[in-house]
Amino acid sequence: MARILPSLLFFLALAWLIPSGPAQASDEALQAQIDALGTGGFSDTAKQIQALAASGDDRVVPALQALLAGKLYVRPSDKKVFITEKAEGGFTLIDPLSGKDMATSDSFSVKKIRVNNRLRRELKAALGGLTLLSKNPAARLKAAGAVFKSQDPDMLVPLEAAILKETEDKVRKALQGARAAVQLKSDVPEADKIAALKLIEERGDRDALSVALAAAAQSEGAVKAAAEATAKSIRQNLELWGAAQNVWYGLSLGSVLLLAAIGLAITFGVMGVINMAHGEMVMIGAYVTFMVQEVIRTSMPEMFAYSLLISVPLAFLVAGAIGMAVERCIIRFLYGRPLETLLATWGLSLVLQQAVRTIFGPSNREVGTPDYMAGAFEIGHLTITYNRLWIIVFSLVVLFALMAVLKKTSLGLQMRAVTQNRRMAGAMGIRTSWVDAVTFGLGSGIAGIAGVALSQIDNVSPNLGQSYIIDSFMVVVFGGVGNLWGTLVGAMTLGVANKFLEPYAGAVLGKVLVLVFIILFIQKRPRGLFALKGRAIET
Amino acid sequence: MKTYFRGAVAGIALAAAAMTSTVAQAADTIKVGILHSLSGTMAISETTLKDVMLMLIEEQNKKGGLLGKKLEAVVVDPASNWPLFAEKARELIEVKKVDVVFGCWTSVSRKSVLPVFEELNSILFYPVQYEGEESQKNVFYTGAAPNQQAIPAVDYLAEQEGVKRWVLAGTDYVYPRTTNKILETYLKDKGVPAEDIMINYTPFGHSDWQTIVADIKKFGSAGKKTAVVSTINGDANVPFYKELANQGIKAEDIPVVAFSVGEEELAGLDTAPLVGHLAAWNYFMSANTPENAAFIKKWKTFIKNDKRVTNDPMEAHYIGFNMWVKAVEIAGTTKPDAVIDSIVGVTVPNLTGGVSAMMPNHHITKPVLIGEIQANGQFETVSSTPGLVPGDAWSDFLPGSKDLISDWRKPMSCGNFNVKTGKCSGKGS
Repeated sequence: MARILPSLLFFLALAWLIPSGPAQASDEALQAQIDALGTGGFSDTAKQIQALAASGDDRVVPALQALLAGKLYVRPSDKKVFITEKAEGGFTLIDPLSGKDMATSDSFSVKKIRVNNRLRRELKAALGGLTLLSKNPAARLKAAGAVFKSQDPDMLVPLEAAILKETEDKVRKALQGARAAVQLKSDVPEADKIAALKLIEERGDRDALSVALAAAAQSEGAVKAAAEATAKSIRQNLELWGAAQNVWYGLSLGSVLLLAAIGLAITFGVMGVINMAHGEMVMIGAYVTFMVQEVIRTSMPEMFAYSLLISVPLAFLVAGAIGMAVERCIIRFLYGRPLETLLATWGLSLVLQQAVRTIFGPSNREVGTPDYMAGAFEIGHLTITYNRLWIIVFSLVVLFALMAVLKKTSLGLQMRAVTQNRRMAGAMGIRTSWVDAVTFGLGSGIAGIAGVALSQIDNVSPNLGQSYIIDSFMVVVFGGVGNLWGTLVGAMTLGVANKFLEPYAGAVLGKVLVLVFIILFIQKRPRGLFALKGRAIET
Repeated sequence: MKTYFRGAVAGIALAAAAMTSTVAQAADTIKVGILHSLSGTMAISETTLKDVMLMLIEEQNKKGGLLGKKLEAVVVDPASNWPLFAEKARELIEVKKVDVVFGCWTSVSRKSVLPVFEELNSILFYPVQYEGEESQKNVFYTGAAPNQQAIPAVDYLAEQEGVKRWVLAGTDYVYPRTTNKILETYLKDKGVPAEDIMINYTPFGHSDWQTIVADIKKFGSAGKKTAVVSTINGDANVPFYKELANQGIKAEDIPVVAFSVGEEELAGLDTAPLVGHLAAWNYFMSANTPENAAFIKKWKTFIKNDKRVTNDPMEAHYIGFNMWVKAVEIAGTTKPDAVIDSIVGVTVPNLTGGVSAMMPNHHITKPVLIGEIQANGQFETVSSTPGLVPGDAWSDFLPGSKDLISDWRKPMSCGNFNVKTGKCSGKGS
């Protein structure tokens, strides 16, 4: 009691300063209601949440938010409920009403209040209702979204009030949308419902379609017809957007293929080495990312956002060094013997996989995603996820950087010279064996860079590389051996084709169809899309 | 990094020591074969099971062994290669002369070793949830049959979450295909129209989930509550869940209930965006029982890593091993025929506070738990069956297996007895 007293006084003072809203419950009553959240099973908690929502008192918002975030704990000794923050050796207990630090506790004397999906829905609906009049426009927007989802008929009156008060256009639109959804669920006159359907049609996304379809199923007569028409028009619109979405997915898959294949375009395309261990270089790059993040997590957590930037050059160096070592120790003895090269590099890929498995263990390693790569944004009805967007950008940057190296540097000049005519290049004083090693190292290093990007969308496990090796060869062969532009076009074409086939044929058959298509294509044009001309390729 | 390396060295040393000691002690030990992949794709899941078996055997030896003899583990590596499973099983039984084998993970590896166990009349304990439609004299199925996992999970979604539309998504192989066939029939029997069921298969290790997640979103916007029942296997799950989180599908909107995602799979994942998605198992690491606390403590000490988790197939091996020990004690011998006869009806405590029994159809009784993923990578049990559910070898929801029962007790001794025709149709699978 002694602890509550100061906060009580504080609240009395507050209540004095702020003109109170409708039917403010006393602090004790509210406190008792919040404490009741900590007792009983899920359905008891659900009832308590509904009661708190019905109170309309926005002072309970922090408690409900904490419950949703899993930060609301109950102290079994006196059944009091607290918002908690993690602290050294336990928790800081915060009073749910005043927001003041009350005490600290070890982690055993308080118990987390459990929530399940049903409670999460209740909580979001309750918070939506309570924050409709929040000062923060973002919170009001979120509230409108929550009401749109819950479609609780009791929210009609608060919504009207909120719409009248609203000053920002965007939020008002969202609120009106929410009102329309609620109206369709409640027993307002037909004319209102049909007007509501107009607003739903304007919104036009999947949630709107869901609302329209539900309305069509539940109502009769004019409303049913209007709802069906609305659903149809939304669906047609979404089909168009769906096609655009497929193109985007295709480009994004293409960019992943491109990343995996660029390195191979050097080792296989330029040098002609069938390198089955290429996928393992990708895997090594992903593990370098994991190691970098481990070091950053333990020694300088504030640098985490830069972990991928740091990993890129490191992965290039590590994978490149391994690639050069492989070239010097194995591949240089096998030039001109493709079958042996294939078998040797395939064996090498198994060795590398098992080595990684022995060192890091067989299970997946967690590679964290920096904030700027998580989540999505929308353009119209197109959902674009940040990680895919960054990977597309990254793959293009890598491709163009590599082109610049090949075209503009003396190293690139030597590489091209050696691949076009080894003897002549040797006669001009180029150390051809050294150029071979560097070229192979460059291809492997780029595979390592690809591993950094792929660690963001795929499992970091010893098997990571396996799943990309076939696709990479497909891209290089299809695009035209030895041509980087061909690799770009090939990757994007395969990506988009795959994504357009997938919805109709399913993922398994889609892949089969693409493979069949490539086989037929290679029959017709054995050198791929962009064949290099000249004599060099014949030898 | 260092500890892994040291562990590996110690492992090699141990294996070498074990090999040299086999000759000397051959007469005085009971040999337990462990047939789990330690390399290749399945090593990710199976290595843990090898470790848990070593722990259980070590512990039994501390208690004085079995029938006055020490137990000796014989570990082989079938390298995720299905035909190699059969070869290694034969090696274990014929060359190494093991008395019992604990092993396999995928259904195809189990099918590959079945004829070997039948021919050489040995015993296999299989610890993973599977598609059912099989009951074999020499095999004991300690994982869940479909009625111990899939059906209760669907019931939970239909009753508690009010789900009306179903996406059955799986990896393209026998377990998801059979499970989905059973579920489809079950849902249709319950009155779900065909247009409210969407079935989708993806290849192993599928990593680009954008279109499929978008399809699920599209399917879910028909004005009815939608849920995804996922039999997606192993590695493909991580990118699937990442894509769900990225496209903003929350558990409150479209919950995903998974049958192959456990604590181990979540270990490589940031679970904060996945909170509320479900999994159905017979065991969760979070089970609050003294037996489980003791098991977790032993596991962490044995593996010397405080961060390692426990999962459902590990519990299955725990139950299976203890049942075998008890059956051998009753029979007084490790001879397969005697053990197969004495094990039916054996009961041992499981880790979730109940007592599991071996049924005449060589499946066991298990509780069914539905758990929600938490931000710490653990599951919170939100529903559990009131009692234990006996495993049903032949599903009641498939036309071919409705009338089949299995009872390996004498005089029936049959894995697929047809109650309509009154005949045993030969072998058990």
